[in-house]
Amino acid sequence: MIKFLFDRDTWQEIYGSIRKNKLRTGITIIGVMWGIFLLVVLLGAARGMGNKFDTIFGDFATNSVFIWGQQTSMPFKGFQEGKQVQLKRSDVGKIESEIKGIEYILPRNISNGLVVNETKTLTTGVFGDYPLLDVLQKKHMVFGRFINDNDIEKNKKVCVIENDTYKQLFDKGVNPIGTYITINEISYQVVGLYKNKMRMGGPQGGIHIPFTTFQQIYNQADNIGWLMVTGSEGFEIRQMEEDIKLMLRNIHSIHPEDERAFGSFNMADQIAKVTGFLIGMQFLTWFVGIATLIAGVFAIGNILLITVKERTNEIGIRRALGAKPSEIRRQIILESIFLTTIAGVLGIIFGGLILMLINAAWGQGDDATLVNPTVDIPVIMIAFITLVTLGTLIGLIPAQRAVSIRPIEALREE
Amino acid sequence: MIEIKNLHKSYPMGKESLHVLKGLNLKIEEGEFVSIMGSSGSGKSTLLNIVGLLDVHDEGEYILDGELIENLNEKKAAVLRNKFLGFVFQSFNLINYKTALENVSMPLYYAGVGRKERQKIAMEYLEKVELGAWANHLPSELSGGQKQRVAIARALVTKPKVVLADEPTGALDSTTTDSVMDLLKDINNEGMTVFVITHEEEVAEQTKRIVRLKDGVIISDEKVNQKVKA
Repeated sequence: MIKFLFDRDTWQEIYGSIRKNKLRTGITIIGVMWGIFLLVVLLGAARGMGNKFDTIFGDFATNSVFIWGQQTSMPFKGFQEGKQVQLKRSDVGKIESEIKGIEYILPRNISNGLVVNETKTLTTGVFGDYPLLDVLQKKHMVFGRFINDNDIEKNKKVCVIENDTYKQLFDKGVNPIGTYITINEISYQVVGLYKNKMRMGGPQGGIHIPFTTFQQIYNQADNIGWLMVTGSEGFEIRQMEEDIKLMLRNIHSIHPEDERAFGSFNMADQIAKVTGFLIGMQFLTWFVGIATLIAGVFAIGNILLITVKERTNEIGIRRALGAKPSEIRRQIILESIFLTTIAGVLGIIFGGLILMLINAAWGQGDDATLVNPTVDIPVIMIAFITLVTLGTLIGLIPAQRAVSIRPIEALREE
Repeated sequence: MIEIKNLHKSYPMGKESLHVLKGLNLKIEEGEFVSIMGSSGSGKSTLLNIVGLLDVHDEGEYILDGELIENLNEKKAAVLRNKFLGFVFQSFNLINYKTALENVSMPLYYAGVGRKERQKIAMEYLEKVELGAWANHLPSELSGGQKQRVAIARALVTKPKVVLADEPTGALDSTTTDSVMDLLKDINNEGMTVFVITHEEEVAEQTKRIVRLKDGVIISDEKVNQKVKA
């Protein structure tokens, strides 16, 4: 068998019989090629999309939850329902000491501000933030720095602006670092400019000022807008979310079963949805790809069957000249394997090229739609081996048909 | 070389069966040039198929080169055909996408002869049938007579014991018929056993022994006095 595979004559026989049916062979190869091509491109695109989500979530602590105060929906301890619930600075310490598994806990504040830079004005969100925000939601600094501990300590009037806000306040190309802008008629020095890569997980953009400055200027005393909590590895963020809310209800004298007193938003749930979507898409990709492959392989089987029928006379001649049935059989099977292999290789090459094109067109930079769309070599190998195996199996049908032709009948056929 | 004893063959035709060969006895010695004559339906093609190991007989004995042919499976038949028999068909049966040389070398391929050796031998035989210059031509580029000469070269290339020719001149005009028959005579003169099936008197007369078949039985078996052609 090995000798047979490396025999030049074997391949000449195959070449000869394929050359005889150029058009049909070509069309069949395209059929199978299309299948594996689709599989490669779709898997690559799915991967690219997954990578895209990964980079988005990469800037973000995924095991995190946002908690904010709302209105009570149950009367408790003499308070009527509908009481406004306000998170306090002191809650942070209590949560930190009571709840296990907290990695970070970060209070934030927001207020609307009228921002003025020379002649340009804009109303946007002004955040009171700690330096820790840069850890939980990575800020990609274009210029300058984010708020630091010194700013917090000294209640400095500095601000960090987001790119979209920057575009509306400054002329293009102007370096904002060191300039002053006014927010609600108070002057702040710009110390940093960052670019946002994602649009989810709470209010975005706007202007960040030190948390302590915010408290002072907006006269917030101990009030905080909302809490961001991340869990350490191995801790279930959903459970922590429930525990924190229960504890907060206790601190704020709210009915223990009042689910509406505190609102929350759990990143893990969002990510699970996206991940589920990606898995679904991959499944669909495999399903479509494999189904197309099978259809293509059946087309090869079909074409070989027709070829065998057309070559009945030739097969008869070969038999009369001394070809053993096994020799006829393995030649037909090898033809099938050869065609599927060629088609498979071409499909993989074209799929790879298309992925390279996609990568070049949409796969690079911060705004990439599909990041690094690739397919693993083992995945390709599995698909390829499946294809060739199917090709071999399907080749058995025409091969058996060829062998069942009796030479005497074949020769009679003109 | 070929010995047939009480050979019977019938084909099922619906519920009935068609009895084609009804107890043939025939012995052909090495080096003979025999023709089987008969009209269509006489059973001559069936006889050739059985002798050519393309079909199996129902009853009787068939001994080829001292070997009793029985329990023949396709694989064994293929080996025996390759080793002992060379075929020449009425419709040439060349493989149309292979050159003359490739066609001639094909039996050697199935005999397991190496590539270079094969081409060398095939070329020798092509030259023997005076078609050396046409080695790289496809059958479609050859005339009928040339095709049949390629087919004869192919039949001879494995040095078989017997050359079986089924109406070798059936598709040829009279001039080419003569050249093909001359070639078969030359082969026979070199010692090859040649077994021709024909319904043409002129062809049969050029052989050395004529066996006439009618309705599945041999009605005559006579030596021919070779006439020297004018």
